[in-house]
Amino acid sequence: MQQFPCPFCGLRNETEFHFAFEAGHPRPEPAKDVSDAEWAKYLYLHKAPKGKSSEIWLHLTCHEYFILHRDTVTREVLSCDVLPGAEA
Amino acid sequence: MSGSRHAELGRFIDRSQPRSFTFDGQRIAGFAGDTLASALLANGVHILGRSFKYHRPRGLWGMGADEPNAIFDVRLGQEHRPNQRATTTLLEDAMVVTSVNANPNAAKDRFRLMDRLHRFLPAGFYYKTFMALDWIRYEPMIRRMAGLGRVDPGYAPPADVPHLVAVCDLLIVGAGPSGLAAAHAAAQSGRAVWLVDDAAQLGGSLHRRGGQIDGADWTAFADATRYAVLNAGGRILCNTTVWGAFDHNVFSAWVRRLDGPDQHMRIRAAEVVVATGAIERPLWFANNDLPGVMSCEAALEFLQCYGALPGQRILIATANDASYTVASALAKAGAEVTLVDQRHDAPDADDITQIKSGILTAAKGKTHVQSAVVNGQDIPCDAIFCSGGYTPTVHLWCQSGGKLDWDADQDALVPRPGTSSLKPIGAAAGQFGLKAALATGHALFGNGNGPETDAVTPRAQAPVRPDPNLPGRQWIDMQNDVTLKDVGLAAREGFTSVEHLKRYTTLGMATDQGRTSNFAGLAAMAAVTGRTIPETGTTTYRPPFEPVPLSVIAGRRRGDLFNPLKRLSLEAAHCDMGARFREYGGWLRPAVYGVGAEADLAQKEAKIARDIAGIFDASPLGKLEVIGTGAGKLLDFTGYMRMSTLKPGRARYGFMLAESGIVYDDGVVLRLDENRFIVSASSSHVDGVRARLEDARQDRIGHRHVYIHDVTQGLVTLTVTGPKTLDVIAGAGIDLPDLPHMGVVETPLDGHFLRVARISFTGDRSYELTVPGRNAEGLRARLDASLKNAGGKWIGLEAVMILRAEKGFILIGKDTDGNTMPHDLGWVGPMNKRDDEYLGKRALFTPEGQSETRRQWVGLRVTGDAVPETGSHLIPTDGPRRSLGFITSSYFSPNLGRPIALALLENGRALVGTTVGCFNDGSVRNVEVVDACAFDPDWSRLNG
Ligand SMILES: [Zn+2]
Repeated sequence: MQQFPCPFCGLRNETEFHFAFEAGHPRPEPAKDVSDAEWAKYLYLHKAPKGKSSEIWLHLTCHEYFILHRDTVTREVLSCDVLPGAEA
Repeated sequence: MSGSRHAELGRFIDRSQPRSFTFDGQRIAGFAGDTLASALLANGVHILGRSFKYHRPRGLWGMGADEPNAIFDVRLGQEHRPNQRATTTLLEDAMVVTSVNANPNAAKDRFRLMDRLHRFLPAGFYYKTFMALDWIRYEPMIRRMAGLGRVDPGYAPPADVPHLVAVCDLLIVGAGPSGLAAAHAAAQSGRAVWLVDDAAQLGGSLHRRGGQIDGADWTAFADATRYAVLNAGGRILCNTTVWGAFDHNVFSAWVRRLDGPDQHMRIRAAEVVVATGAIERPLWFANNDLPGVMSCEAALEFLQCYGALPGQRILIATANDASYTVASALAKAGAEVTLVDQRHDAPDADDITQIKSGILTAAKGKTHVQSAVVNGQDIPCDAIFCSGGYTPTVHLWCQSGGKLDWDADQDALVPRPGTSSLKPIGAAAGQFGLKAALATGHALFGNGNGPETDAVTPRAQAPVRPDPNLPGRQWIDMQNDVTLKDVGLAAREGFTSVEHLKRYTTLGMATDQGRTSNFAGLAAMAAVTGRTIPETGTTTYRPPFEPVPLSVIAGRRRGDLFNPLKRLSLEAAHCDMGARFREYGGWLRPAVYGVGAEADLAQKEAKIARDIAGIFDASPLGKLEVIGTGAGKLLDFTGYMRMSTLKPGRARYGFMLAESGIVYDDGVVLRLDENRFIVSASSSHVDGVRARLEDARQDRIGHRHVYIHDVTQGLVTLTVTGPKTLDVIAGAGIDLPDLPHMGVVETPLDGHFLRVARISFTGDRSYELTVPGRNAEGLRARLDASLKNAGGKWIGLEAVMILRAEKGFILIGKDTDGNTMPHDLGWVGPMNKRDDEYLGKRALFTPEGQSETRRQWVGLRVTGDAVPETGSHLIPTDGPRRSLGFITSSYFSPNLGRPIALALLENGRALVGTTVGCFNDGSVRNVEVVDACAFDPDWSRLNG
């Protein structure tokens, strides 16, 4: 049972979290300027790295989305960041 | 019958408390503290089971979780426990114990002739056999003859095992000498220690081997440790197996209790010490599986802890010093002992017949040991105790990611330092003997000298390996019936990797997890292929360390508690009104009201709702409040239909798409005022819709401009529908404001708010009346009385489903699937007109989204009264048969007097007016493609 840090709540069990998306994929817009290939790449062609990775996770109990940096091999949690959001 | 009970020995048993049980119908006497194994041994019962594949007679080998043979079916009163290990099952009075894989019993098994056929049952037998085409004919027979216990389908163990989540600073697994020394030192330095052991008492191997610690009997040190641990705020957990190491230092423990239900613990430990000791290896000689052949350590354990003497004329075969203690203890207890040591430089054994450079090559006897062949000579005996050395118990170490190194001096695979955060000590670290155990345990947490002992450190064990040239069948894995020859065959057939060997021969894959067989298999493969053991490699260790009952892992999460349903505020009132409940999307809701066949009741309710009026409880419908200046902007992005253009006091139907363009949910959005919306997500999608709204809020719109508040469970919604709706509401004393269709307003009622939304899910004039949950009963009572006066009826979800299907209203997830896009459902406006961005937009314009063969939403008209099955495939009326789509919903419509069906059909809208085939269960009937709306197609009733 891994423990992830929610920036809002602190360390919680992994069962309280859902994986949302791989970080670092800005949504290509506007739709009319986006090719089929770009859209497919955004939706499906992710890196899923072995080792250090940055992912967006959702803390289900408080609904905070945040960026989780972790190592997918050692399961080590490296750090977490709040989403930059529109205000950033 | 050569087993007996020693007059004095037996530190675990209480002779003042006799116990008795039956084994295969035979009454057996024992004492409190006995295991089934010790009681059977003391009573001279030797055949305890039949082997898995060859049905050979098998007796006891080990003393704990390593036991491969003695596996029983245990009944106690109403309770049934299949596949219990004799060595780890405490004797309870009146247990009814039967052997497994034996018919009628272990001693007289009618499949015993299977053993003669062993030539035809080689390694990979099942793989080879089930390649043949007609395998399905003999598979049931093989299933009956192989395997272990049977589950009694009529018995469900109680769901009473609590799951405890615990956090501890220092977890020490194993309370043998090394674990005691570590716990003692840590507690002395003020650490709060959790000391866990799978036996009933602290001590581990000390119980059988004894020893002096700090000048006194070891029990004084164990008592001092217990005191120190408790005094420092720690815990002692006996009868507890730590069976799994998981991510981030979480360990699973199974606590066995006689005076209550077992417990399952999930322990998160900051620091973990592995003091799990070692397991004795067998020796390999012909017929080494004969009843009477036993592990040396086990023989000593049964003698010292239970007073069970497993034989009178005992032959001990070994290649290490540790077995000498066993020999002298057995001799002292009155047995006649011959000690056979493979080593030419074996130490001298006083007063015991000793054969140095003695090689045991075979055991003889039909169903029990009668003699042993040593250096070509027959030596009569009734028991053979053997030791091929020791294998450190590294399961937890390896489960946590630790690697192993080959230690040639200790002839064992030992933990490689630095590969896991766990701390192995004592025999688990390949440090054998009492002195090393105490020293390595103390060194972790103590200063200076640790506990003193005068115990002599044993010399390194001499390597013992299986000899492929020895005649006869040598068993490597007794539980899965794998012999040395099978390993050779696997090697010849190319399965030389240990992982392949394991899967091909099933070696080490039994419920004992290969405790006695893995090393042998490894050593045998090394011997057969001419490699060293480190070159051969090891297999992977996975939890659980020993079989854990599923009832322990499941705990209380069974039945109603497996996935608890959401309940309506008015559930009790619905009950009183005769509701019959069923689960709908995680909610327990009334399916129908009244007595009789459910289908008939649903038909009646659907009819009355159209003829007069009906009321249903729509509370589970999502109520997500979206509040703030950014609310319109947020909903424009998350929705397919624009919501910022909605006027306050009005409602609009809309979809939420996934980024893949698929319709994720549908529902009405209400705008109460400029900055306040309510999203009525489908009852089963509330959580998902909320997560998607939050995603857009935090990542796109800005979390300071808009807030999302899920108030679904705090409010109750009762929906009144039908031609007499206005009469019912007026009769209830509710002053209904004048509302257009899709209008919404909040008014006071009885001192609280009442939200009225004129929205229709039935096609008739309908009002959704929403009040706070605590005020719901007042509203219900008013409406109920008025409904009765009007001649209407409460209607359940089954009737609601019929009503919405008559109108061709979709249910997302039932009438749509993972390919359905909004234009497939006929909603093309937004995708053609909207210039701004919204969820899923780009995906609608991909080649897939624009394909001309997409499945579209249509209705079907059939002749006759038979309702076509939901799920039936639609096929062309001529040409090659293929699926054009399928029926998503179908009902008998009481208001039309005929069946109705809704379907997803390839290019369906263009096919309206034509005929397609409807294929179900081998037969085909023709159906006409029509518009999805079957009832009141000109929508005259909405305002009626
Ligand atoms: Zn949180």
